[in-house]
Amino acid sequence: MVFEFEVQGGDFATAGNASSQIKKILKQLNVDHRDIKRIVVALYEAEVNIVAHAFKGRIIANIDTSEVRIRLVDEGPGIPDIELAMQQGYSTASSEVREMGFGAGMGLPNMKKNTDEMHVTSVVDKGTTVELIVFINQPTT
Amino acid sequence: MKISEIVSLLNATMVCGRELGEREVEYGFASDLMSDVLTLETDNLLLITGLANNQAVRTAEMSDIPCIIFVRNKKVTQEMIELAVESNITLIEYSSSMFKAIAILSQAGIKPVF
Ligand SMILES: Nc1ncnc2c1ncn2[C@@H]1O[C@H](COP(=O)(O)OP(=O)(O)O)[C@@H](O)[C@H]1O
Ligand SMILES: [Mg+2]
Repeated sequence: MVFEFEVQGGDFATAGNASSQIKKILKQLNVDHRDIKRIVVALYEAEVNIVAHAFKGRIIANIDTSEVRIRLVDEGPGIPDIELAMQQGYSTASSEVREMGFGAGMGLPNMKKNTDEMHVTSVVDKGTTVELIVFINQPTT
Repeated sequence: MKISEIVSLLNATMVCGRELGEREVEYGFASDLMSDVLTLETDNLLLITGLANNQAVRTAEMSDIPCIIFVRNKKVTQEMIELAVESNITLIEYSSSMFKAIAILSQAGIKPVF
């Protein structure tokens, strides 16, 4: 199953709406609540990153019985040094973003922690694509 | 401890989720930084924050946090109430400081996450 959502950069009032919709879908599909939490925590930080750092973006969620694969594709400034951006505490967030409760440079590391795989690609002045992959319904977890 | 007991102990105002007052919380976490809250894996967690905006409610939603106390007399907006009701989250307004809320709740047995 594929679901798509639009995200508006700079719009903190609606930041999290897509994550909320996807959480509802995962609940309806009876995905384990621990898996849901891992997915939506990573997704929410990623959605907030589009709002905080990019102009606009799309979220494409692919859900099947064994994995959830979510791509967040944005148009924005891009990330010049992804390795640096992945470091805990690194942030270029504005004071406005910090007033919203984010901007401590913890988003990308926490996304990594909560996913089984994460891929970030970026082109400066064009945009960033983040892919979050979480295996679900695994017999051993 | 029941959410309704917390409200009377603090003499605070339950803004929404009154019907959910029987739910139990065991742990407390206090922060104005939502990225911090999003790193936690604890269940039955109470969030104490001075950040009164949609993001605090969204963070609770994603983290399965059943109750938020807004300290320092921060006011909950209508939009926040709508988001909270949709996700069964109890919102509480408290007019005193974060420190006072924590002191009272800690004495009453609410435990730290770490
Ligand atoms: N979608 C994005 N577009 C452009 N830059 C981004 C994006 N996501 C993250 N970044 C960059 O990576 C940094 C670290 O991101 P993150 O760990 O989420 O922390 P924070 O968002 O709190 O700054 C950001 O400050 C920003 O410079
Ligand atoms: Mg971020």
